[in-house]
Amino acid sequence: MFDHILSILIFFPALAGVFGFMIQKESMRAYGISVAFIEFILSLWLWFAFDSNVSGMQFMEQMALIPSFGISYILGVDGISLFIIILASFFTMIGIASLTETPNEKNMIITLLFLQMTMVGVFAALDAIVFYVFWELSLVPMLYIIGAWGGPLRVYASVKFFLYTFMGSLVMLVGMLFMAYFFYQATGVWSFALLDWYRLILPESFQLWLFAAFFLGFAIKVPMFPFHTWLPYAHGQAPTIGSVILAAILLKMGTYAFIRFSLPLFPDASVFFMYPIAIIAIIMIIYTAMVAYAQKDVKQVVAYSSISHMGVIVLGTFALNVEGISGSIFLMIAHGVVSGALFLLVGVIYDRRHTKMMDQFGGLAHVMPRYATIFGVMLMASVGMPLTINFVGEFLSLLGFYEQSHILTLLAGVAIVVGAIYMLAAYKKMFFGDVTIEENKNLPDVNKRELVALIPLTIITIWLGVYPKPVLEPINNSVEAVVQLMHNKATTEEAKTRIPDLTQGIEITRTAMKEAH
Amino acid sequence: MLAPVNVSLESLNLMTLAPMLIPIIGALLILVIDLFKSNLDKTLYVGISLLFLFIDFIAIMDASGVFVQDGTVMGVFDVMLIDGLAILSQFIIVGVSMLFIPLALTHKRFHEFSYPEFFALFLFMISGFQFMVASDNLILIFVGLETASLALYTLIAMHNRDKSFEAAVKYFTMGALAAGFYSFGAMVFYALTGSVEINQIAAVLEANGYADIAYVLVGVAFMLASFAFKLSIVPFHTWTPDVYEGSSAAMAGYMSIVPKIAAFIVAMRIFEFLVHSGIVWLEVVLYVFVVVTMTAANMWALVQSDVKRMLAYSSISHAGFVMAAILIGTTQSNSALFMYWILFSFTNLGSFTMLWISRQKHLPAYQRTDHSFDKFAGMIKTSPMAAIIMALFMLSLAGIPPFALFWGKLYMISSAVTSGYTMLALIMALNSAIAGYYYVKLIVYMFMKEPVVGNDGHVYVTNATLALKSIIGFAAVGTIFAFLAVNPLLEFVTAFVYNSGY
Repeated sequence: MFDHILSILIFFPALAGVFGFMIQKESMRAYGISVAFIEFILSLWLWFAFDSNVSGMQFMEQMALIPSFGISYILGVDGISLFIIILASFFTMIGIASLTETPNEKNMIITLLFLQMTMVGVFAALDAIVFYVFWELSLVPMLYIIGAWGGPLRVYASVKFFLYTFMGSLVMLVGMLFMAYFFYQATGVWSFALLDWYRLILPESFQLWLFAAFFLGFAIKVPMFPFHTWLPYAHGQAPTIGSVILAAILLKMGTYAFIRFSLPLFPDASVFFMYPIAIIAIIMIIYTAMVAYAQKDVKQVVAYSSISHMGVIVLGTFALNVEGISGSIFLMIAHGVVSGALFLLVGVIYDRRHTKMMDQFGGLAHVMPRYATIFGVMLMASVGMPLTINFVGEFLSLLGFYEQSHILTLLAGVAIVVGAIYMLAAYKKMFFGDVTIEENKNLPDVNKRELVALIPLTIITIWLGVYPKPVLEPINNSVEAVVQLMHNKATTEEAKTRIPDLTQGIEITRTAMKEAH
Repeated sequence: MLAPVNVSLESLNLMTLAPMLIPIIGALLILVIDLFKSNLDKTLYVGISLLFLFIDFIAIMDASGVFVQDGTVMGVFDVMLIDGLAILSQFIIVGVSMLFIPLALTHKRFHEFSYPEFFALFLFMISGFQFMVASDNLILIFVGLETASLALYTLIAMHNRDKSFEAAVKYFTMGALAAGFYSFGAMVFYALTGSVEINQIAAVLEANGYADIAYVLVGVAFMLASFAFKLSIVPFHTWTPDVYEGSSAAMAGYMSIVPKIAAFIVAMRIFEFLVHSGIVWLEVVLYVFVVVTMTAANMWALVQSDVKRMLAYSSISHAGFVMAAILIGTTQSNSALFMYWILFSFTNLGSFTMLWISRQKHLPAYQRTDHSFDKFAGMIKTSPMAAIIMALFMLSLAGIPPFALFWGKLYMISSAVTSGYTMLALIMALNSAIAGYYYVKLIVYMFMKEPVVGNDGHVYVTNATLALKSIIGFAAVGTIFAFLAVNPLLEFVTAFVYNSGY
């Protein structure tokens, strides 16, 4: 039955969404929660059935869709995508569960279920066109969520979000078509299957152009400096649930795609562009941290800090070695949990006060102690305190890049420390001092519904910070396969040396062991 | 004394005429019925037209069977040319006409449908288009073109509003100019080669190595201008928005599909050998036409305040996009043209039908034009199903996967990539992004704005009947599940195009 677990994971929420139209309005929330819960259980089952010793794709499904043009419906997960899928189903579940009173709640829940389909689809697809289908389709529900339930500038923000990403991904589509054409030239058959493309070795000059085309699509999604301008608007205007899903899952599509497409397809180009991208990533970390410090709106602080951390993820990815890439994948999950939680927390206070301006708060720790505690834990995780989830990812990412360049890593490390300043400053403004504004004196603390979402996130933050192995191990195995593939495919000397050869390492230990004997 | 002409009837191959004659017989039958008993209900005429189109469709299927077996068939003194292009385009022409005819069964009474002449003219027009695509004789093409166009002008005028008359006269004037250009171009080619058959013109020009290149260019220029008018290529597009606005939404949707595919086929026949002959000038001009048409029409569409005008500009942009296939001129690109147009016809007819069912007879005060954007504000609140379907068509037109038009775009851009037109592929992709804005604009109005006071949602379905709803349902299902049909369609189209030598 579970041969098609991935198809079920993708299309179950969509089907449930279609059925959702006939559910009565008052019962919609219960329906949404149950659907999302079943989906979450299914995704946990996926983890349970996942063999973490296998580095390749598992639960593969294959069906020809347009055989004459080489498009097939191919799905599969490995350690890289597994946890992001689980994260997606988890966030949809707690997102629906913690949904506060919204007008047109029914439409919102149906939209979220469709969004979930596209999210799982992106991470499970192993065919470029199927990937592209879900990638583009994910824009539509988000456009609606921001545009219909957002703040005063919602239409502008949602259309900007849509067009920006749409434009980038169309350039990426041209890149995909080129890639398929090169594959056709090399082998005589059309194919968009990713695993087929992995076998194709391209000359460096082709790689550079294709890398650039793919990069534009992914970089806008991440969003990387200087393409990040849509994100503060989107976050600023989106309702809480929109920001949570956007930060926790949708942004990860870009960084995930770097690892799935850019690195293994274009290893030489990745090495060629490593320094420029690392520099952009560091600018992104420092610049957005500074911008975050200047914000008056707490949600914008979280939004910019979220961009800043995406910079670390990109940096780790382009370390091009096992530590860096594993770290960046782990950080993707960590960032999902932490920034998702922070947006939820901002939503909590926004529901009570209908403002997000920090000068409207102050001394909230006296009034809402539990809220302040959870916020504090998440804040510590966000600045990368040891024993929290972010620390593991950031440390590994930086460790990975340290092998490539000491100076740049040092800069990034300093930047992360600077990042702590704005978060702590924001925390100070909101929670410490005396309660100066009358309205804040009687704010109720977090209620049960909010705790349902926040407690699990807090537990994950601490748990994976202390003991990351269950997640890190499968990631590591899959990343090793990717890095080895990159090394084997690399054609230039530079790339061969930059991307470590893992078999050699094993050889060395073997010979050493022999000698010892 | 002239010797008696001695031709055996078999060599005439009169069966090649069958698909064109069927709608003519249907039209005559309608006129005859009207002679005996007038003032019959429109349902009768709709039924008869549908039946004849159905028979026509089957006749084309037979012809395609013959084509698969024997290849290209010539007939009637080699004037008729039934090749893969002719068959594919006739499928589109008749198929879309079959979807269009039930749109006459509106809830509100509209003037034009009460005349049997409307339906007779409609069938004459179809046979005109069929003649146009099924011949490589410049004169027969001209006859077909004019038959179809004159009928079409009348059909537009029959909508009986001031704007419709304006539209018809505008279209007529421009059409007459285009016809003049066409005949002049044909004259030049005849003077150069002594033939009016495209393949012979090609052969003669090939044989003398394009010696009179200056005259060839004159001929090409006039031909190009004439087809640019018909295909609404910028800068010959100026009639399009006004004509679309003046005609009924259903008619506008029809005009954006059927006349254009007929013109594309002729353009493909004429320009195919010219593009491959290495006339750099033609390639440059076509390139400029394609890029300017796509881009400029997109820009204009951005600033429209009426959905129908927006769709008019968008259809110009789509025509420019598809024109790229003629520029590229490979089997893949020509197949992509058909793919694109088949998928486009579903989506576009669907979206124009959505406008058609919301057509009011009298405009309320807050609404300046028939289909202003304001009218659709907050549609999700008042009639959610209609809003979702409309959004579906818009997303498909914008090229959001997995909806119908995405696959057409994908294949078309791929054909540009395959033949080395990298810049063109990028421009096509970026234009899709620009186009995204105005399609999303309607979605923004429908889903994110509050309804105008006094709009209770009834307006969106004021004209709806079961027939119209079924057409929309058909188009919607076709749009959503296109990905299942793409492979058989692609194989079918490619086989037909390839076997016709294009």
